[in-house]
Amino acid sequence: MSAADHKWSSLALRWVRLLLLLALAGGLAYAVLSLPDQAIGLNDQVRSNMETSGVHNPVTAVLLNFRGYDTLLEMGVLLVALLGVWSLGAAAAHRRVGPGPVLSFLVDGLVPMMILMAGYLLWVGAAAPGGAFQAGSVLAAAGILLLLSSKRLPVRLMRWPLRFALVLGLGAFVAVGVTLLSVSGLFLQYPPGLAGGLILFIEAAATLSIGVTLAALFLGGRPEAGPRR
Amino acid sequence: MNTVFLYALVGVGLFTLGLYALIVHTHLLRKILAVNVMGSGVFLVLVALGGRTPGASPDPVPHAMVITGIVVAVSATALALALLLRVRAETGRTRLPEERLE
Repeated sequence: MSAADHKWSSLALRWVRLLLLLALAGGLAYAVLSLPDQAIGLNDQVRSNMETSGVHNPVTAVLLNFRGYDTLLEMGVLLVALLGVWSLGAAAAHRRVGPGPVLSFLVDGLVPMMILMAGYLLWVGAAAPGGAFQAGSVLAAAGILLLLSSKRLPVRLMRWPLRFALVLGLGAFVAVGVTLLSVSGLFLQYPPGLAGGLILFIEAAATLSIGVTLAALFLGGRPEAGPRR
Repeated sequence: MNTVFLYALVGVGLFTLGLYALIVHTHLLRKILAVNVMGSGVFLVLVALGGRTPGASPDPVPHAMVITGIVVAVSATALALALLLRVRAETGRTRLPEERLE
């Protein structure tokens, strides 16, 4: 094949690719536009069962109660992703460069505020937008801020306490599910009177786990409990 | 045609753009970013279509699914980035080998 032929075939390939993608976009747009203008979806089912859910925010009710399975499995996905990252090797060696005075002052002020914010988001999730994922993300941001300003966990917290915090969310979720299974015979079927308390318990554990897992993912490898600091 | 469908169509556009970038670019970091753009498009479609309810309050089920999806996308991205770093450490390359048209 000559150079000119090669150029032509790559040009043709580009056009074919573009046409196929445009056809795909057109098909998807047609599918979206052919949906009815108004759809109730599952709104009515959710609203009519809100009294039994134990919370007042419909999104939290769906996440932790009506579709608790999704959230349970998602905590599993987070843990598996972290195991995948850890199995690829240790985190890059940590250079101990102390943060400057401005960053140090900022981090010391911000991190407690972020932890407070995470607690507020967790609590407010029962009645308004908020909940375990938002709170966990804020907690993870605080952790990443600490990592970036080269503050690390003390070595004694690096091994078992860290791993305990990582599995706490999934563990609490499964423990509640199994307990309910043995009491009522249904997995994750909260009794309406206890639902609020159970959801808060699961969310608190999940918040901590999500925060620690995301911060550990940011580290990009298994933390070595060597003599770092 | 209302704002719901405008947002949904923007989501479709983002998905297609991401797919194009995923096919065209050989650099692995760009592929990871492309998958993220595709995911954002899907989330936008889901959230937009959840707003087609007659009343003021949107359907909470797609919103809950998107919250779940965002966290899964973030953790999958972290795993992909760790794999990318490992590929670079092993082979010294961050691109897929170009395929020659023969």
